Amino acid sequence: MTVATETHIGEAGHSGADIRSDLHVRIEPRNRGGIAIELESRVKPYYGESIRRQAEEVLEALGVRHAQISIHDEGALPFVIAARIEAAVRRAGLGEGTRVLPDRVALPESSERDRLRRSRLYVPGSEPKYFINAALHGADAIILDLEDSVHASEKDGARLLVRNALRAVDFLQCERMVRINQLPLGLEDLDEIVPESPDLILIPKVENSIPIVEATTRIAEIKADYGITRPIWLMPILESALGIENAFAIAQASEKIVALTIGLEDYTSDLGVVKTATGAESLYARQRLVNAAHAAGVQAIDSVFGDVGDMAGLRAWGLTSRALGFEGMGCVHPLQIAVIHDAFAPTMAEIERARKIVAAYNEAQQKGLGVVSLGSKMIDPPVVQRALKLMARAQAMGLVS
Amino acid sequence: MAILDKAELVANAAGRIVPETVNGRPQVPYMGVGKYRPLDGKASPAVRTAADYPTNGDKRVPDLESALRKCGLRNGSVVSSHHHLRDGDRVALMALEAAAKIGIKNLTWFPSASFPSQKSAITLMESGVINHIEGSMNGPLGDYCTQGKMHGMGVLRSHGGRWQAIQDGEVHIDIAVIAAPTADPFGNCDGSHGKSACGSLGFALADSIYADHVIVVTDNLVPFPCVPWQIQGNHVDYVVEVDSIGDPARIVSGTTQITRSPDRLRIAEFVARFLCDAGIMRNGFSFQAGAGGIALAFVSYLKQMMKQAGVKARFVRGGSTKYLVELLEEGLTDYILDGQTFDLDGVRSMATHPRHVATSPFTSYNYHGKGNFASMVDAVVLGATEVDANFNANVVTHSDGRLLHGIGGWQNCLAAKCTILAVPSFRDRIPVIVDDVTTLCGPGELIDVVVTERGIAINPRRQDLLDAVNGSKLPIRPLREIKEDVERICGGKPQRPVHRDRPVAIVKWVDGTVLDTVWQIP
Repeated sequence: MTVATETHIGEAGHSGADIRSDLHVRIEPRNRGGIAIELESRVKPYYGESIRRQAEEVLEALGVRHAQISIHDEGALPFVIAARIEAAVRRAGLGEGTRVLPDRVALPESSERDRLRRSRLYVPGSEPKYFINAALHGADAIILDLEDSVHASEKDGARLLVRNALRAVDFLQCERMVRINQLPLGLEDLDEIVPESPDLILIPKVENSIPIVEATTRIAEIKADYGITRPIWLMPILESALGIENAFAIAQASEKIVALTIGLEDYTSDLGVVKTATGAESLYARQRLVNAAHAAGVQAIDSVFGDVGDMAGLRAWGLTSRALGFEGMGCVHPLQIAVIHDAFAPTMAEIERARKIVAAYNEAQQKGLGVVSLGSKMIDPPVVQRALKLMARAQAMGLVS
Repeated sequence: MAILDKAELVANAAGRIVPETVNGRPQVPYMGVGKYRPLDGKASPAVRTAADYPTNGDKRVPDLESALRKCGLRNGSVVSSHHHLRDGDRVALMALEAAAKIGIKNLTWFPSASFPSQKSAITLMESGVINHIEGSMNGPLGDYCTQGKMHGMGVLRSHGGRWQAIQDGEVHIDIAVIAAPTADPFGNCDGSHGKSACGSLGFALADSIYADHVIVVTDNLVPFPCVPWQIQGNHVDYVVEVDSIGDPARIVSGTTQITRSPDRLRIAEFVARFLCDAGIMRNGFSFQAGAGGIALAFVSYLKQMMKQAGVKARFVRGGSTKYLVELLEEGLTDYILDGQTFDLDGVRSMATHPRHVATSPFTSYNYHGKGNFASMVDAVVLGATEVDANFNANVVTHSDGRLLHGIGGWQNCLAAKCTILAVPSFRDRIPVIVDDVTTLCGPGELIDVVVTERGIAINPRRQDLLDAVNGSKLPIRPLREIKEDVERICGGKPQRPVHRDRPVAIVKWVDGTVLDTVWQIP
């Protein structure tokens, strides 16, 4: 096939003086004349030849033989260039069923079910400039977002960018999460994303177990097709009153679920109340979610704190959140990460007390005593369990050796 | 043109190809750090007598044109100006345009730095009024130079190098035109007061001492005496009063903002933590940082750490900003030794705080003196456009060879006890850590640490620093490794930009030798 019957001009990506690390591609299929590439780039003296070569390779892989291409590049990295060209080609009605995948960096170790998930940094899936250094800032996870931060007309393009980023970007120690769209659109996201082994999928606007079951099935099918054995965990986002009511059932809908989280923008709008910085209006929902998550043996993760300028408010939110039983929350800016980690860290006094309890417990074990006591106080088994858990968590956070 | 075409090229001690003659003047190729020992005496201006100057001290003339005529402006003169009014300066163009009106050709314009707002100097070069610029060029003037359109060759010097060149007689200034925010009719002048207040006039000090003729241009004439006087009227021939010497909005910025870019903040925090972990941040220490986004954020991180550790600095070096002024006012440093003031807080502080002291390139930077302040600074934080794996760095050209920044005090600051380049590892897709810098401005042996968002590289020559941060949680990595990371991210090494084999400017080292060449680009 050289030119499909139904072709038209396809465009993808963005260019302009304010755009960085992206490009605009326009492709006009034609019947003969081969490939003609017109290139403008702010990095032309350094990577002009490389961009042309890459464009030719991508077009060839997509089976495009005759077309007029114009590329306006703003210093995009190769994985972005590939994704934008592929998006333009597909929008032109060509390249059906073919994927052009960039070189893959080594996959990190697969993610543990109960790993630390204090902070997850949202990165808009259509903004490649944020991808490359996202992992440097020390969040426990990066969320490449295909849902609310991506305009409806950009869903297909963002999907390819995120797919390529999962292959080409080194996310270091971060858990690699993707927030897909609400089903059924989310199933198309899964088709593109799952072959690249993300560690966790966030499923938005979940109100019952049906989308969880559907997503789990689709993920299992794709994994089988591609021979992927490493786990891909799920984190449903409950964003409505009904979702909160069904929290426990949702948490139990798949054994791949490792955490429940809440989306407060949508939740408060569902309730018709104002979202405040202290969150009194969502206290019940958040407590209900914490309880359901614990009942189901999964982590409870809080929403985001949207005011990037208010670090004191963020810290207060985080402290309350931890006190309620959440194990982490979302971040919308890298500067929030350190504040959140600090808020979710056990205090030195808590660690000290836990250390004493663990020591007393160990001593009792050695002496073969059934009862653990600290000073004149008897320590109940649940207290010992909590102290052990706290010490393990403090160790994972690097607070104790 | 003829001069350029005849230029013989030689390799200097850094292996860079440089012209032996520039604008008809023989040059000494760079010989290595501290190797060149000039034997000649200093430049000696002619003896003047008070008999030739008004006894009532009133040196006013009606306008700049008359002043230039009285100073004997002729074809081929060297006219100097200064950048203490930065992008807001109107005086330099006023003088050059007055020269054009007189019908003068072939001037050498010798600014301490040029700014984009002075781009109409291009028209004066096209019409032959200006032959060439010796001073930093960027924006439109930089492009004009690198496109090979300037008649003579550009000469780029550091602030200290400019003093050295004047003092050593390498550049003889016929007429210095000094923009003064406050002056008296005798010519005493100062920068800390007046509607165009800018802080220090230090860049003009050498010119006032060594130029044949000195004209002071002011928009705030006060009766004698103008106190304080940073420039002494005893060096001044004529005083010209004008409505405005500059656009206040572009002289200093109202407030300097700290970057919110997380990558740049990360670099700034690394630098501050490095000073802390390496033990450089201790009671009585000193540092210098510029006014760029990373530098400002660095000062703010360092301030928190100094407070936490209960540490005070003996002095900090400006360019001053609100952030340095806060250190002084909160007692975290004893002194600000300031070369220029970047914002209104800096100007106010210099005018009012007795320990916010104006310095000059002589005290701070001049290499041909009996020492200078720069080498006494414990740590300096600088930017760069490129660094190679041996820590050699470029600050004047973009990777494609276009002139981007002036050298400023950058080369002089390399003398500090710990020189830190705080740079992103790549910009857009363009690697900052490269195989070979486009233009060599700073020898790697003087650059100790490169801090990027992907880790901190310490020059292997500085085993002491490597030992000092042993056990630190900072990501200390070999520079080569960071470079390889960046090349992988950017999709391979960049193509080498093409340049023609025609020099358009030279980069001087602090001792007046020629360190590298800027080549014509298409």
